[in-house]
Amino acid sequence: MELKVKQVNRLDGVREALYFPALYVGFRLTVKHFWRNLFGSRDVVTINYPEEKRHVSARWRGRHRLTRRENGFLSCVACYMCETVCPSKCIHIEAGEHPDLSVEKYPVVFNIDELRCVFCGLCVEACPKDAIRMDTGVISMAYTSRQTFDFTRDLLRDNYDPKAHSNPKYEDYDLPSPSNQQEALPNSQGVPAS
Amino acid sequence: MLLEIIMIPAVLAIIKIMVIILLFAMPLGTVLTLMERKWSAMIQDRVGPNRANIGGFTGHGVLHLAADGLKSMFKEDTMPKGADGFLYLIAPFFGLIAGVATFAIIPLAGPIGNFTFQVTDIEPGLLFIFAITSLSVYGAVLAGTSSNSKFALLGGTRASAQMISYEVFMGLALMGVFMVYGTTRVSGIVDGQNEYWFGNLIPMWGVFTQPLGFVLFFTALIAETKRAPFDAPEGESEIVAGYFLEYSGMRWSAFMLAEYVALVGVASLITTLFFGGYHVPWLHLWENAPQWIVTILQLLKFSIFTVFFCWFQIQLRWTVPKFRFDQTMALGWKKLLPLSLANMIVTAFVILAFG
Repeated sequence: MELKVKQVNRLDGVREALYFPALYVGFRLTVKHFWRNLFGSRDVVTINYPEEKRHVSARWRGRHRLTRRENGFLSCVACYMCETVCPSKCIHIEAGEHPDLSVEKYPVVFNIDELRCVFCGLCVEACPKDAIRMDTGVISMAYTSRQTFDFTRDLLRDNYDPKAHSNPKYEDYDLPSPSNQQEALPNSQGVPAS
Repeated sequence: MLLEIIMIPAVLAIIKIMVIILLFAMPLGTVLTLMERKWSAMIQDRVGPNRANIGGFTGHGVLHLAADGLKSMFKEDTMPKGADGFLYLIAPFFGLIAGVATFAIIPLAGPIGNFTFQVTDIEPGLLFIFAITSLSVYGAVLAGTSSNSKFALLGGTRASAQMISYEVFMGLALMGVFMVYGTTRVSGIVDGQNEYWFGNLIPMWGVFTQPLGFVLFFTALIAETKRAPFDAPEGESEIVAGYFLEYSGMRWSAFMLAEYVALVGVASLITTLFFGGYHVPWLHLWENAPQWIVTILQLLKFSIFTVFFCWFQIQLRWTVPKFRFDQTMALGWKKLLPLSLANMIVTAFVILAFG
């Protein structure tokens, strides 16, 4: 087989040997950018990271969160699907009896060790109740101690900013609202996931 | 009494040295270390350094000057094993001394009576500059050889070869200027540029009398400062940082500062020799202008041109790609040296025919 060779025309002649035409073209470009950015930084594409954040795609798998029902309780029914499917064994669930008989179970303990998590998203796919999602938009977790990476149930439920949410299609009842919880189960005993 | 002490020539010279270096050369060089990063960021549509702050005040990155200074002061001054201790320790200051010494003959403004805004106006004038730039080669060579590092040695070799080659026609390129103005004395050359062609139309600046000489001399000076496009001695991609690879802390900063002081030196030399020095063009049309206004205008004109050429060199660095080392050598010996010889001969014939 014959190799395909692309011939690039070499620029030759006096024009190239003089350097100055090429210098002029280069200078026109760099000086243009310099003057445009000297007053007002018009072309600057930098995102000043900690202050400004880049738009995160709705499908980006960020830190997990636990969703709520319309009445404010956790959607999770402690079925252990996510814990079973998790390839890095970072989810730990302990089930408890839910006061609402139609729900049966709720997670008393729901811990995710974010240091072990590989962000594969299998827990989200496995969940039958859409109770765990990875759409918080938190794409970098940086803390100073290992314990901080152990996210407990309440942290996973509350610790996210709906405005920084990566998915614009989230439901309104996902937002935490204490009044909802009071109305939802006025006669509840025990400790529901409020 | 105090005035008498100040007017002793030696004391006056020392005061001038302090003022010119501490109030003009060094501050401008230091600010340029930041400005280079800031301006290159603007050229490349970036933001540049803007994080150093005192209680939230950043001043668009000005505090990085203080941060850099503090950092290099507190960094460990390392010396590689097997390095030649004495040479290794003094090498950084050769370049710095050479850069600073350039300002000895540069006039910042016109003389008022016996008082000149110039440290010394020696007869050899620009030959002193050639001598001093030769000295700055030692900084690179000594740093390269004494570091006991192969990359540093390569950088030092490259630097010495490049600087010595470009010194050859740096002198030849200026011969035209010497011939046109008939002197090597700096004040003579500057005053010669205060004449006009066609009545009062065009000032006889060096750039108009010696356009080719200007290009050649500027090129040679940029090669002398080892900045892009002639930064093969540093050659980040091939030999890491060249001759000052092993240095750290304040000694590394001395190399860095030397580069920027040399940059200011180049800018003021170009202004002095090719752009009328401190002479404000067409100012003589203003009859009986007060002396102090003239002096301030002259200082202003000199500073503006110097800052402009500093900016120009930085812009050049961020515009053109680096020459390969053999290209640097070929450009110097095969193109610029014959050109400068031709420039000299043509100038001589023109002066013989019309002068």
